[in-house]
Amino acid sequence: MLDDKDRIFTNLYGLKDPYLSGARARGDWDGTKKLIELGRKKIIDQIKESGLRGRGGAGFSTGMKWSFMPEAIAERPHYLVINADEGEPGTCKDREIMRSEPHKIIEGALIAASAIGANSCYCYVRGEFYRETEILQKAADEAREKGLIGDNACGTGYKFEFYIHRGMGAYICGEESALIESLEGKKGLPRLKPPFPASVGVWGCPTTVNNVESIAVVPTILRRGPDWFSGIGRTNNAGVKLFNISGHVNNPCTVEESMSIPLKDLIEIHAGGVRGGWKNLMAIIPGGASVPLLTKKLSEKALMDFDSLRELNSGLGTAAVMVMDKSTDIIRAITRLSSFYKHESCGQCTPCREGTGWMWRMMERIAQGDANSDEIDRLEEVTRQVEGHTICALGDAAAWPIQGLIRHFRPEMEKRIKKRTSFQNYAA
Amino acid sequence: MIAKNKKHQDDANFEFVPEFLNLAYSHIQKYPKSRQQSAVMPLLDLAQRQNDGWLSQSAIEYVAKLLEMAPVRVLEVATFYTMYNLKPVGKFHIQVCTNLPCWLRGATDVVKACKKTLEINVNETTNDNLFTLSEVECLGACVNAPMMQINDDFYEDLTEQSANDVLCKLRQGQKVNSGSQIGRHTCEPSNGLTSLKHQAKKVSQG
Repeated sequence: MLDDKDRIFTNLYGLKDPYLSGARARGDWDGTKKLIELGRKKIIDQIKESGLRGRGGAGFSTGMKWSFMPEAIAERPHYLVINADEGEPGTCKDREIMRSEPHKIIEGALIAASAIGANSCYCYVRGEFYRETEILQKAADEAREKGLIGDNACGTGYKFEFYIHRGMGAYICGEESALIESLEGKKGLPRLKPPFPASVGVWGCPTTVNNVESIAVVPTILRRGPDWFSGIGRTNNAGVKLFNISGHVNNPCTVEESMSIPLKDLIEIHAGGVRGGWKNLMAIIPGGASVPLLTKKLSEKALMDFDSLRELNSGLGTAAVMVMDKSTDIIRAITRLSSFYKHESCGQCTPCREGTGWMWRMMERIAQGDANSDEIDRLEEVTRQVEGHTICALGDAAAWPIQGLIRHFRPEMEKRIKKRTSFQNYAA
Repeated sequence: MIAKNKKHQDDANFEFVPEFLNLAYSHIQKYPKSRQQSAVMPLLDLAQRQNDGWLSQSAIEYVAKLLEMAPVRVLEVATFYTMYNLKPVGKFHIQVCTNLPCWLRGATDVVKACKKTLEINVNETTNDNLFTLSEVECLGACVNAPMMQINDDFYEDLTEQSANDVLCKLRQGQKVNSGSQIGRHTCEPSNGLTSLKHQAKKVSQG
């Protein structure tokens, strides 16, 4: 288990003051000037060395992403955009950072902005987080008042402004190019890439989009050194991470743990175990709604990091662990997710717009047993036709949970269909 | 079914009251010059707040004029994002999350309790225009499931009973504490901390 001294979010539960005096007592804004004066190259190198991989789901190296920004600032200004449009079912980590550790976001934003040559940061917060936005705004006002951000941020002469832009309830805006469109005042339709945001982002300017958690851990990594961070977790899966454990556990909670912690330990140490004991476990979705589920057997082997979960044909995603015990109607559960993706598809690409509807309708019928056994294969085929054929990853995200279900619970689906068919035969 | 009320008829001459107009200008200033279109989302939100929780045609046209946008571009935004209500809603907009984490922990019971207490179905408004009930997708409070959002506040760790209590109190005009309804501070385990234990004392006080 991770030692308290190695935790970054020491006010995760909001038991102490989230604002400036409390934040300073926890070490935020300590020597920020020196960190900025490290200069662009050193900051990026240290973040690369730390092995920090983006915390928003894709797991791309944060330092690497920053290095894609143009070296020189030409006519077009650079922008930092923070993705706080947390909407992946099961995920509620960024919310806790915003309401309990807002200064970590603002300090991290300042350092990240200085590393990519940006003077403005837009933090795109999902609209439903109204109270969290208020807290973050208050923290930003405090920071401006104390000269930590503004025309002469922390006395470095660097100009930095931090703005909040509220979303209005569209899951798709969590995709970075859709988020950029939305920030420009348009519908959140993902853009074709390339060009990538680092060359053409918001208002046509070079832009880096980072998740809240990726930004909030930056100051601590630089203060404690990249070796400290990379020393936690397995190679390529460095650091500490916020985990959300929801569903059928005794004590659902959010907790900061080391990467690569065994999934079973995570649930038993922090969430009080599966309801009715581990033997009562049916399946776990380990990384938010978009990743395929794990059976009980696989869950015993799983380590909570990018590589281990990929080997098990699943993914770390946002590290939102959803636990389902044996009372769960697993087909219904995945059907609920299919209905979610149908609702959230932006409608731009035909395979996703039509496919999410097909998949949901087929799942609905299979959940009731109102289908033929060969339709399971047809459903699988539909998921393959959606997967990889869309501009953004929402199509993939809609396909994967169903593929996982078919892979692991096909007998369950066949049983349900058979049960209904035999009942109909009997009734006839 | 939308309750008909004179107040809810489309006001042909929507415009911001001075306080909201100032707020609108401060939003516009957040964006680079000639990029005022970026302020369309916050401005529509302001308009909705001034207009009893929904966007009328005239409000949309007003925002378009203020930002020098084609009205259809504003309408596009208003229809794309689910938090803009294009029909009148009650004073309290009850939005129950029914996505997987909440569903696993009894969101169906919460919806049932809301329907029973308010005597309406999902997507309906009570006759007194006090409540509108909606089912929504994940609201991002999954370790506090099941939960519902009422206007700007989250009500978490609900049961059929506590959801009913919240609604009854609101109906009677009483104050209700938002957040966890079982006394959790935020997202910590309900039976005591497993990390940051030195802060535990504060939990028992809270």
